[in-house]
Amino acid sequence: MTPQEIVDRLKEKFGDKVLESKLDGVSPWTEVDPAAILEISRFLRDDEALLMDHLELLGGVDYKDRIEVVYVVYSMKHRQRHILKVKLPRENPHIRTVESVWRVANWHERETYDMFGIVFDGHSDFRRILCPDDWEGYPLRRDYVFPKSYRGMPV
Amino acid sequence: MDVEFSGDIMTLNMGPQHPSTHGVLRLELKTDGEVVHEAIPHIGYLHRCFEKHAENVEYPGVIPFADRMDYVAAMSNELGYVLAVEKLMGIQVNDRVRYLRIIMAELNRIASHLVAAGTYGLDMGSFTPFVHCFRDRETILDLFEETCGARLLYNYNWIGGLMFDILPGFEERVIKFLDHFEPLVDDLNRLLSYNYIFVKRTANVGILTPEMAVSHGVTGPNLRGSGVKFDVRKDEPYLGYEEFDFDVPVGKGEYGPVGSCFDRYIVRIREVIESCKIVRQAVAGLKPGDIQEGIPKRIKPAAGEVYMRTECPRGEMGFYIVSDGGTKPYRVKVKSPCFTAMSAFKEISRGAMIADIVAIVGSLDIVLGEIDR
Repeated sequence: MTPQEIVDRLKEKFGDKVLESKLDGVSPWTEVDPAAILEISRFLRDDEALLMDHLELLGGVDYKDRIEVVYVVYSMKHRQRHILKVKLPRENPHIRTVESVWRVANWHERETYDMFGIVFDGHSDFRRILCPDDWEGYPLRRDYVFPKSYRGMPV
Repeated sequence: MDVEFSGDIMTLNMGPQHPSTHGVLRLELKTDGEVVHEAIPHIGYLHRCFEKHAENVEYPGVIPFADRMDYVAAMSNELGYVLAVEKLMGIQVNDRVRYLRIIMAELNRIASHLVAAGTYGLDMGSFTPFVHCFRDRETILDLFEETCGARLLYNYNWIGGLMFDILPGFEERVIKFLDHFEPLVDDLNRLLSYNYIFVKRTANVGILTPEMAVSHGVTGPNLRGSGVKFDVRKDEPYLGYEEFDFDVPVGKGEYGPVGSCFDRYIVRIREVIESCKIVRQAVAGLKPGDIQEGIPKRIKPAAGEVYMRTECPRGEMGFYIVSDGGTKPYRVKVKSPCFTAMSAFKEISRGAMIADIVAIVGSLDIVLGEIDR
């Protein structure tokens, strides 16, 4: 399927939950409604024409006015890829977990929380993964100020 | 695995400093006698903020940082990053650069798999294969050293070209090494792979089913060990890998169920043979050319984003790069193959014996520098 057909297939099923897309770049992407991420993910994985059974990457990008979560999904059977994006507010971002769709999302979402402070609702094991549990702040945010010390130790 | 637990659980910390965790990995083992009820990996001890650093240096400056993620296979890491930036900028490199990159990446794969096999033998209590593997790896590192001056962290692949051309006689030295090395793979098989004790220790341990592997995003030799025939070099070729004749070995479950530690191990040994084939073809097809003609004067990609993945020795390394039109990347996100492989660890280690935990960790062939980045 071409990226356009993938978007059409999503639009057919989810209508106005599928927002803007950019398909002429090197890596085509589609923006979707954050509230529908779980349903769209499940559809992407299970639909016969899509079968996106492999979550290649899940990560955040901080754009100063918003935070985006990026899902790169790939179908091992049809050999096709698509990028999903959701836009979240920078203050107190929340989104449903897709751990039940792709199990690897468990660790990716923990990392995204650790680095950006995005809370994934319904996650089974929600805690930091790379930084220590008592680390303050979210390092990959653009306005992050690196602390001078950690537990009294200069860093 | 179905195991009945008595309910008397003891927590045992394995690592962070433990010779068989292949780096600073801490495993929190909830044990019931010798049986592991649950093994929870704790990572992050080697977190060096690669992604944060990448946002603060210019595009070429990221390459040495990329080297330091998977320090056992640095050539493949930087290749992935460089290809992603080239894809973003639409740069085409000439045939000589492509072939030299393939030669270096495949030699690096051989070296990396030798480390994996050697240290896995060490985990399983066999010292001699480790020495043999490291002896042959040394020759490859010497070839890298004469080309770019570094043995482990190369900074050799540049955006649009390479740092140095090869020295005169490099091709002969590579062929001489392959002639010497290929028969030794049989020796390694006799010494380690089909050794009765080794097979008994690995064949029924750590079963990763194909469904679980795909859902956990496991890639590379670990995925192929589960019997899924998928290799980025074949299925989504980059650098012109489609011009080369090689096979993709998969785990067949020769001794016990498919997806065991043995299958993951033996896939690596068979991949080494395939890499040798690719290197021979690439050396034979090497054409003269200028390796730096494609290097742009200013590296300033237009605003946009790219996802590019390559087949590293440990699996698919993906780079998601966002450009805002400046000279520094706005965001670099790395999909690390060891990270996803480790996320499946909790499930495949349930019900294993404590000694088998070592076998499972070793068979996943993780490098903590890449998990933590």
